[in-house]
Amino acid sequence: MNAFLHNLITLIWKDIVAELRGKEIITSILSFAILTLVIFNLALRATPQMILTLSPGILWISFIFAGILGLTRIFVNEKENGNLEGLLLSPASREAIYLGKMFSTLIFMLIAQSIILPIFSILFNVSLFEPMLLLILILTTIGFSSIGTLFSAIAINTKSREIMLPMLFVPIVIPIIIGAVVSTGTIMEGGNWPDIRQWVQLILVFDILAFVFSTLTFEQILQE
Amino acid sequence: MAVFKLRNILHITTFVMMLVVLYAIFLWVPTDKNLGISQRIFYIHVPLAWSGFLAFVLVLIGSVGYLWKRTPKWDHLAHASAEVGVLFTTLMLTTGVLWAKPVWGVWWTWDPRLTTSLILWLIYVAYLMLRAYSSDRYQAERSSAILGIFGFIDVPIVYLSIYWWRTVHPQPLVGPATSGGLDSSMYNVLMLSTLVFTLILVCLVLERISIFKSERSLEEIRWSLELSK
Amino acid sequence: MEPSISSAIEINSLRKSYGAQFILNNINLVVNWGDFLCLFGPNGSGKTTLLKILATLYSPSGGTLRIAGVDLDENPSHIRKNIGVVTHQPLLYSHLTGYENLYLHGMLFRVPKLENRIIDVAKLLEITPFLYKRTDILSHGMQKRISLARSILHDPSILLLDEPDAGLDQSALSILDNLIESIRGRRTIIMSTHNIDLGLRLANRVAILSAGKMLYNEMNDKMDSNEFKQNYTHLTGESK
Repeated sequence: MNAFLHNLITLIWKDIVAELRGKEIITSILSFAILTLVIFNLALRATPQMILTLSPGILWISFIFAGILGLTRIFVNEKENGNLEGLLLSPASREAIYLGKMFSTLIFMLIAQSIILPIFSILFNVSLFEPMLLLILILTTIGFSSIGTLFSAIAINTKSREIMLPMLFVPIVIPIIIGAVVSTGTIMEGGNWPDIRQWVQLILVFDILAFVFSTLTFEQILQE
Repeated sequence: MAVFKLRNILHITTFVMMLVVLYAIFLWVPTDKNLGISQRIFYIHVPLAWSGFLAFVLVLIGSVGYLWKRTPKWDHLAHASAEVGVLFTTLMLTTGVLWAKPVWGVWWTWDPRLTTSLILWLIYVAYLMLRAYSSDRYQAERSSAILGIFGFIDVPIVYLSIYWWRTVHPQPLVGPATSGGLDSSMYNVLMLSTLVFTLILVCLVLERISIFKSERSLEEIRWSLELSK
Repeated sequence: MEPSISSAIEINSLRKSYGAQFILNNINLVVNWGDFLCLFGPNGSGKTTLLKILATLYSPSGGTLRIAGVDLDENPSHIRKNIGVVTHQPLLYSHLTGYENLYLHGMLFRVPKLENRIIDVAKLLEITPFLYKRTDILSHGMQKRISLARSILHDPSILLLDEPDAGLDQSALSILDNLIESIRGRRTIIMSTHNIDLGLRLANRVAILSAGKMLYNEMNDKMDSNEFKQNYTHLTGESK
């Protein structure tokens, strides 16, 4: 197996084992998302019909805010004991370090979402097991984790990381949030591929730009 | 000192033209038939939007230049332009809000242009926050350069997504600035005002850059004093 | 893994500055294969920065650096395979066990027969009793030992040790002493420390860094400890 792939898998393995032991990222995403879902139901004075219209938005709001919580944690264990330096001392390329983090973040977000979705279905009385919905979910989460990993690395070097990450992250990912919410809503209302095609393309374009850009510039943050 | 003189000429020219355009906006140009006196804010609002955007183009140039060449002057350009850009965008949003109320009856509407402006503002406010909150100055320079580039790339995508969104969920509200075309005197004033605001942008950015340079020189002097002890 | 180039490390006019701030100023140093160089200097003298530049973590602002015959700019990745580094921080993932931490680094360095290698190194550094425990429950001294194990896992020809004795009590210090003796083998070592007695005992060459400048660089031929301490105080202003 070539060195890059080997290192990438090793780094992803490392993050997964650490998360299995510590359970900090997935639990924070899960708990916060569920709290958000509950609060929205109680705080909005909405009829069941209105709730149905609002539900795609509520789902994605909970994913975004819970996702932010998760993202603030992904580099904590790297900063803690200077572990990132340990990785930089190894032959692993800086791109592999970025991609390793990005993929493990993606995996954690998707795991959390796969638990949140059934809970959402139950609380909101909607069926969500549509392949197109899963496509939207995965594509948008790829966008979140690409640019989120980059911004998380930037934010962790600031004095106020909890506010810095959302300030960087939210305005930038607005296009894919809109895309995700509108297409989720369209699917839930019985729409089909032609209706959501342009949104999926938008999310895909964003993902590609974010991914390429982050991979190329991540090294800049690691330098001294 | 040729440079000193050039800057002086720039400042004086800008100042004089500012007076001219103020006169033009408030006293010379005819009042709009449909929108009334409040329409005059248009001659300030639109140039602010334009020069604010230009400032962010300068941030992009400075950011790319810095990541490529790593010399302080590119970083100064990006930082100074971001500050002035945020200032202008804040004023643009404020004048927009003040104008919207008498004309449209509402303070704000989530149409593509306004919403994108708001998000643009948020992105560059985040840029300034990143500068302020970074623990290490050199980290701040690199991180903000990254934001300066991707933020700029992102803005057209943001606009597009909101535009499509508004096509799907249209806003029941009337359009914008002009009620049926500008007559030539209005157009001329608008162009003049745009030029003046661009000049103000250039003046402010240059001044801010020279302050950054002075701060750096001061630091260098302090350090050589330290070392020679 | 010993390439046949004349010197292990060659530093020429090395400079490191942050804007106007000079951390290292015109450092010249040659370290031969098999040398054990001990670097002394007060806090803030630039010892850590120098070691980090040698470790390819920081890039110099000027000057040249060749490690194991390779220029720093040319191929930093190749250099990393030949060096082992111990820094102030243990570089260990707290949720992972010592074994898993070593396994991680072994995988990244493509260490052959990794499991056996880990067991051998663990024996050498006497960490086998707590190898399978999570590192966050271990004492500072134990973590330092695992960190040392990590640094030699891939059998590098050059070791960079930044104050390996920092924060260790007397008993842990004597273990460290023995450990360094047992791992030095034919390796080239650069170690920084505040402990002059330790340094003079282990090293065959000593250097003193102060305010970013190298003020002293001599072979250690059974140097008298008190004399050296006086010289050190004279050069740096720090009493020992």
